[in-house]
Amino acid sequence: MTDNHFRELRLDGVSRAYGSQNALNDLNLTISGQEFIALLGPSGCGKSTALNCIAGLLPLTGGSIYLDDRRIDTLPPEQRGFGMVFQNYALFPHMSVRKNIGFGLKMHKVPKAEAAKRVDEAVALVQLQEHQHKAPGQLSGGQQQRVAIARAVALHPPLVLMDEPLSNLDAQLRLEMRMEIRRLHQNLGLTTVYVTHDQEEALSMADRLVVLRLGVMQQFGTPEEVYDHPANAYVAGFMGYRNLLELDIVTADAEKVSARGKHIALVGANRESVTTGRAIAAIRPEDFTIGATDGNRIEVTVDIAEYHGRELSVQASTADGLSIYFRTSERVAPGDHVVLGVPAHRVLVFRSDNSIDADVQQTTEDAPAGVGAGGPGTGR
Amino acid sequence: MSTATAPAVRPPSNQSSLRHRLAERGVDRTLWLLLPAVAFIVLLFMYPFLYGLGLSFQPSHGGGIFGNYAAFFSDPYLRNTIWKTLGLGLPAALFNVIASIPIAYLMRGKVRGKRLLTTLLVVPITLGTVLTAQGLIMYAGPTGWLNTVLLDLGIIDEPLTLIHNWIGVFLSLIITGFPFAFLLTLSYISGIDPALDKAAATLGAGPMQRFRTITMPLLAPGLVITFTLSFVLAFSVFPSAQLVGDPTGSTRVMSIAAYDAAFQQFDFPMGSTMAMIMAVVMLVVIGLVMLWRTTLYRGATGGKG
Repeated sequence: MTDNHFRELRLDGVSRAYGSQNALNDLNLTISGQEFIALLGPSGCGKSTALNCIAGLLPLTGGSIYLDDRRIDTLPPEQRGFGMVFQNYALFPHMSVRKNIGFGLKMHKVPKAEAAKRVDEAVALVQLQEHQHKAPGQLSGGQQQRVAIARAVALHPPLVLMDEPLSNLDAQLRLEMRMEIRRLHQNLGLTTVYVTHDQEEALSMADRLVVLRLGVMQQFGTPEEVYDHPANAYVAGFMGYRNLLELDIVTADAEKVSARGKHIALVGANRESVTTGRAIAAIRPEDFTIGATDGNRIEVTVDIAEYHGRELSVQASTADGLSIYFRTSERVAPGDHVVLGVPAHRVLVFRSDNSIDADVQQTTEDAPAGVGAGGPGTGR
Repeated sequence: MSTATAPAVRPPSNQSSLRHRLAERGVDRTLWLLLPAVAFIVLLFMYPFLYGLGLSFQPSHGGGIFGNYAAFFSDPYLRNTIWKTLGLGLPAALFNVIASIPIAYLMRGKVRGKRLLTTLLVVPITLGTVLTAQGLIMYAGPTGWLNTVLLDLGIIDEPLTLIHNWIGVFLSLIITGFPFAFLLTLSYISGIDPALDKAAATLGAGPMQRFRTITMPLLAPGLVITFTLSFVLAFSVFPSAQLVGDPTGSTRVMSIAAYDAAFQQFDFPMGSTMAMIMAVVMLVVIGLVMLWRTTLYRGATGGKG
């Protein structure tokens, strides 16, 4: 507990089932000391389950967890010594801010003088000096979450777990707290596992992030890797590739795929070794150009144009009703006919969703494969 | 220009602002909806209470307006009913509350069979004390199942006297009072945010420490209320004290003494006097307990309750 450094936390085939439902399926993950890891996914993807399993608040139904070479998944939460920050703060309402922060020290029987000193430090760390004698109920949401963070780090835990700590705060405060958490992480040399459903939060804070879907890891990589080289159409959709167009493959080789729909013909980068049949082309709204590019040409009619200052965010549709989202600095208006193009290397072609569903069912082989694909990408 | 228009506008605005101010304090026409409830309380509670209070100051055997009260406190047979009633009501209420804590604590989350158990527990409440007392006689009486089995097994040589004494009434108060205390405690305990327990666990608190430092302090105000209500129920014990107790001796509680005075000796004023003393004793106990409650944390407990 005094030595808050470790080499690695290793999750080895961690699974958690509720009855016949798998909330978390065979999660393999190795986290190095002092890393900031984000677990990312929509609600129900298993990210909170994973966090609770690490904390010891949920027993595993399969697999094991090791801290360096010590197996910890058999220990109750109070013996793991990890700090945890909860979404609803979970401050003890009958204790003052100071007592909340000092609770862990008291439980670990840290001598009074030493404990007082460390509470002072933790209070100063989150800048709550003037509120330290108040009850948690008298504080604002942001202050309460700062107390919760101070409480979690006062023990200098080897690992801090955060379960969507910012989701109850308003947008402005979220941005500030994001910086503050990142600052604490760096200054204290913490190792942090951070659960969020907000990809922007995950990308901006994490050293590496884990994208989960239906309890299965889809990709594990740095923000750059996940953002630029999503492992599959699902991760792409989550990372801002808002256009996921299901098309028929015309020709495909290792590098390039040519695919077409009724009113669309696209050439893109082959990201998942597709060969024949259906495929999904993922394109970011901001990658579209007005006018055909690289032979890629989509004719659309503008439906809605939102003003976003320097550019417009546009929803348009093809002749057969497929929605296309794009951003442009040109002034277009609803009803306009526009020809859109997109550079071929900006079109990522993945296996179609059906095959992703198949992946989910036979996870054991495909989840690690997804991690591999998240590595240094194929040519652009 | 404003001076010319102001007087013309003011009177109606004053009128409406009075109504507005009253409405802000909750005084408006919807208050009439309280009328049936108020009438109910006045007719069925206030009137009998005040009538009884007046009656208690008109002793049938003379002695001034406090004659009945003097008679009550000077007669040890009457006076001691206070201690006998407290001697049953306090331990029974205390037992019910304390026994319900661990069970409610174990049942606070999602537990298989929780609905079945709560249903089973409600049954004694709905059966009423008379049926309970009768069951107790059949079960714990000198020739009841319990004694028969124990005698046949050779564990005891003589039947245990479990009824027609203090124990009988105490058992009956637990059978009827425990489910009530348990259901209340369970609802208070489910009102505590389970995340608090988890947070305490991640901070190094073991199960007993979590119970002592988190659950108990947050539960205590609810337990005080539970105790108060359990005590009120147990204090007014009448049927079981009569049926499975010793109504002329060890379980001669105040309600029995009052009943005897009013309906055996037809001394209504004396009966009313005892009812009044009973009320005062009850209020003193409740007052003391509630006073203690003000020293506890009584804010939000973060849960769904």
